[in-house]
Amino acid sequence: MAATSEAVVNPAHVEKTKKPPARYWDELQDGKDENKVGKDGEQTGETPSQKHVEKAKKRKNDEDRGDAKKFISGKPDPFPGPAHISKDRMQKFKRRDKTKKIPRQHYKLKDMMARSDEVSEMAQKQAARIDLLLPEDAGFLEGDEDEDTCTISQEDISDAVDITSASKYFDLKLSQFGPYRLDYSRTGRHLLLGGRRGHIACIDWQTKRLMCEINVMESINDVKWLHSEAMYAVAQKKWLYIYDSNGIELHCIRKFNDVLRMQFLPYHFLLATVSATSFLQYLDVSVGKEVAAINTKTGRLDVMCQNPQNAIVHLGHSNGTVTLWSPNQKEALVKMLCHQGAVRSVAVDKTGTYMVTSGMDKKLKVYDIRAFKPLKSYFLPAGASCLSLSQRGLLSAATGDIVQVYRDVWSTPVTKPYMAHRVQRTVWGMHFCPFEDVLGVGHGEGFTSMLIPGAGEPNFDGLDSNPYRSAKQRQEWEVKALLEKIHPELITLDPTELGQVDLATSQQKHQDRVQALGFDPLAKEKFIPRYKKKGRSSAGSIERRKRQVANEDLRETVQQSSEDKMKIEKERKEREKKEVLLSSKKSALDRFKK
Amino acid sequence: MKVKLLSRNPDDYVRETKLDIQRVPRNYDPSLHPFEVSREYTRALNATKLERVFAKPFLASLDGHRDGVNCLAKHTTNLSTLLSGSCDGEVKVWNLTKRECVRTLQAHEGFVRGMVVRHCGTSFFTVGDDKTIKQWKIEAPAYGEEEEPLNTILGKTVFTGLDHHRKEGVFATCGQQVDVWDEQRSSPIRSFTWGVDSFSAVRFNPVETELLASCASDRSIVLYDMREPAPLKKVIMTMRSNTVCWNPMEAYYFTCSNEDYNLYTYDMRHLEKPITVHMDHVSAVLDLDYSPTGKEFVSASFDKTIRIFPKDGGHSREVYHTKRMQHVICIKWSADNKYILSGSDEMNIRLWKANAAEKLGVLAPRERQAANYSQKLKEKYQHHPQIKRIANHRHLPKIIYHQTREQRVMKEARRKKERNVRKHSRPGTVPVVSEKEKHVVTVVK
Repeated sequence: MAATSEAVVNPAHVEKTKKPPARYWDELQDGKDENKVGKDGEQTGETPSQKHVEKAKKRKNDEDRGDAKKFISGKPDPFPGPAHISKDRMQKFKRRDKTKKIPRQHYKLKDMMARSDEVSEMAQKQAARIDLLLPEDAGFLEGDEDEDTCTISQEDISDAVDITSASKYFDLKLSQFGPYRLDYSRTGRHLLLGGRRGHIACIDWQTKRLMCEINVMESINDVKWLHSEAMYAVAQKKWLYIYDSNGIELHCIRKFNDVLRMQFLPYHFLLATVSATSFLQYLDVSVGKEVAAINTKTGRLDVMCQNPQNAIVHLGHSNGTVTLWSPNQKEALVKMLCHQGAVRSVAVDKTGTYMVTSGMDKKLKVYDIRAFKPLKSYFLPAGASCLSLSQRGLLSAATGDIVQVYRDVWSTPVTKPYMAHRVQRTVWGMHFCPFEDVLGVGHGEGFTSMLIPGAGEPNFDGLDSNPYRSAKQRQEWEVKALLEKIHPELITLDPTELGQVDLATSQQKHQDRVQALGFDPLAKEKFIPRYKKKGRSSAGSIERRKRQVANEDLRETVQQSSEDKMKIEKERKEREKKEVLLSSKKSALDRFKK
Repeated sequence: MKVKLLSRNPDDYVRETKLDIQRVPRNYDPSLHPFEVSREYTRALNATKLERVFAKPFLASLDGHRDGVNCLAKHTTNLSTLLSGSCDGEVKVWNLTKRECVRTLQAHEGFVRGMVVRHCGTSFFTVGDDKTIKQWKIEAPAYGEEEEPLNTILGKTVFTGLDHHRKEGVFATCGQQVDVWDEQRSSPIRSFTWGVDSFSAVRFNPVETELLASCASDRSIVLYDMREPAPLKKVIMTMRSNTVCWNPMEAYYFTCSNEDYNLYTYDMRHLEKPITVHMDHVSAVLDLDYSPTGKEFVSASFDKTIRIFPKDGGHSREVYHTKRMQHVICIKWSADNKYILSGSDEMNIRLWKANAAEKLGVLAPRERQAANYSQKLKEKYQHHPQIKRIANHRHLPKIIYHQTREQRVMKEARRKKERNVRKHSRPGTVPVVSEKEKHVVTVVK
């Protein structure tokens, strides 16, 4: 007890010497503290207060040593230093690895790289910190004990949630001109419906305001919004048409005939279409020019999707293959055999990592699209005719008139759907609404808007796609987006390729330079020992200095080579491990191995 | 059952009144921003193109001299004042904001060879072909007063250059020898010679203020310490240097403009070889001046162009020329780092922007932010071939364009020959001599 009392006294004694100026709140706090101590003493005896004091003392000592900043009130900062950022959050914003060691002779480059490393780390940290301030949380649905979430009906959900959310569950009965295809605009505010028998409707679906409604008196294959809600493209029986949001026909593009499916690449302003004549065509909607027309020579094309990360178009074919296309190449970039029968639907997730396909063989398969490896294969009794992936990775699959939504199809083997719903007639088109927990389903009897908790990205980026933007903001965004329209030539499998060093070309250049100059300007300079006075530059000492430098160089090379060896060894072991794992499971692609 | 649906309150995302600014919630998640690199690249490309579109460096031409402009002097304390001396002995004082001449005086008979404003900014010195050094007041004489110098010193020989000490009342002239003068005395307090008959320029070091550098006609650059009786050391080059200028920030570096079309940046401590050789001119370089930040310098050449070099870059980042500008004799970089002033043969002084595409005037914060952002992007993507091509493209007068090509061919031929000689001689007998080492003959201490 004596010791503790001393401990209490000591800091007070220290503080006396540099007492901060009196503040009105000091008095108040002191009073409170005293009260507290008194109470503590009465109630619990010495133990908690003693601990508290010791801790405080320890902290104080630490701070005195570290010369930490104090607040105006004289109190030490209880959380010194920058706030902790969790590792996975840092990983989320990681853009590049730290640059490897740069040789000493490139000192300017070294300096520059060090500085840029510093800056990028700071940006990463700041972005990770701001992540904490995001206002919204994602939705979720949890059943009670022994209750499957898939048994919860839409009515139950809409009863349980607030009125605005409940109003997002609705049916449009449009039995006359169905079945319907649909598309949501990029902000998720506007819905475009296109009936097979010629009916088109644009709706601001949250306020339920009808923007336009027309009948084109022709069969419609697909509808798609262009970059904003002011224009949309309609693939009609013969040609491709572009209408504005008032239903006025802007263009009839006769170069694009028999279009069956369309995809809009928003950052490139490209409308990719596939036709019954097996043509994949790209239309630049900002200038109205056809960028590329590729004859895929694979028959009727009616399965299509885009990879939102690299703007590669995925096509599904009747022979079970999925092909990847860019406008810069006349041949497919990749051909994957995915199914035994025809491919019925393809979808790629937002991060561009996974591809989900469904086929006539009633299978649903998940692929890692970066490594082109099959991950999971599921058997659906009826097969899925329509697939759609939400922003947060929910997969909706339509089997006949039943819409099933699955969760985590790529990470864990799924046995039960997350949610299920039956619509009136066969599903024709299906889309998750961006930034909302809503799945729009177009079918023979019209359109159903379903509530899928946890589907949409909760926090949008105001400069990219803002659902609440005003007309002025939209105009500004449109100008900016058009200014930074990406050239179609930059579409590649790896979108970061542009930011990397093209080593092959630079090596070639260096070789040419060496040839032209007659010597290698980047070669390591030969070490010539400096002349030292007072007899220290004797032949022996010069030799010794030379040897020292040579030894250092040798050490470096030896170190490097041993590191390389270790790396190779490690890689080999990993490969072996993987091979062992893979040999137990045979994939669809194994048949191509020789 | 527990359920939560995304349900945003629009009030959180829409501004309250029309007077507010719009709310822009941000989410920096990389998966919401695809094509980061390609979009940045496109922005950089656009920024580079816009820079070229807005590159209009020429601001004004100040005419009024009746002979070629031979020297320029910046006012030390006033940004808008410029002094110029012409080949007919006339000195003009200009107001740069109004772009007009405010005072004219007949300072010398014959050329005005050098001119410098005293560090306090109240008077200036001129030297001329009439062997005199004159000190003048900056202010114009009052009405009825006669225009006459405060002080006149009659020297023995012609003076060719002049520079004033940064802090004290001491100045240096050069001619047949380098003289250091006290303002109060009529004879030099120190004279330096080193077996040379004439010097063309002398400059005080701006930081180590007692140090001097001068260019001599025997192709050497000589360094002096004012406190010592003898010169410090000199470097002899293959061709004569015309002027020399110290880097104002790293004052151990100086750059000299040479007759062999190049400029050389030396480290004062190691004169054995220059730090950088700045090539691009196709004729003798007559004058240069550093920017006050010490990052860049501007050079004037006999080939009728002005070029701006980064201090450590071998080639110019910018070239300025007009149809009417003749041989550029003198050049100055303004003290606010924004303008360049050139005086040329055809009697005009020209005012240029230091950054051709820069917007003049006060920038709004967002404007400045955008400019900084695009500048960084340009830097980041500068090595991409398409961007490099656009950023480096300059329209050149036909003559200079062809001369540049010719120079390149000649250089290539020389290199080829040297390579062949090396190939066919005993190894080690014909060593590789770098471009830096080529132009230095010797260093004398």
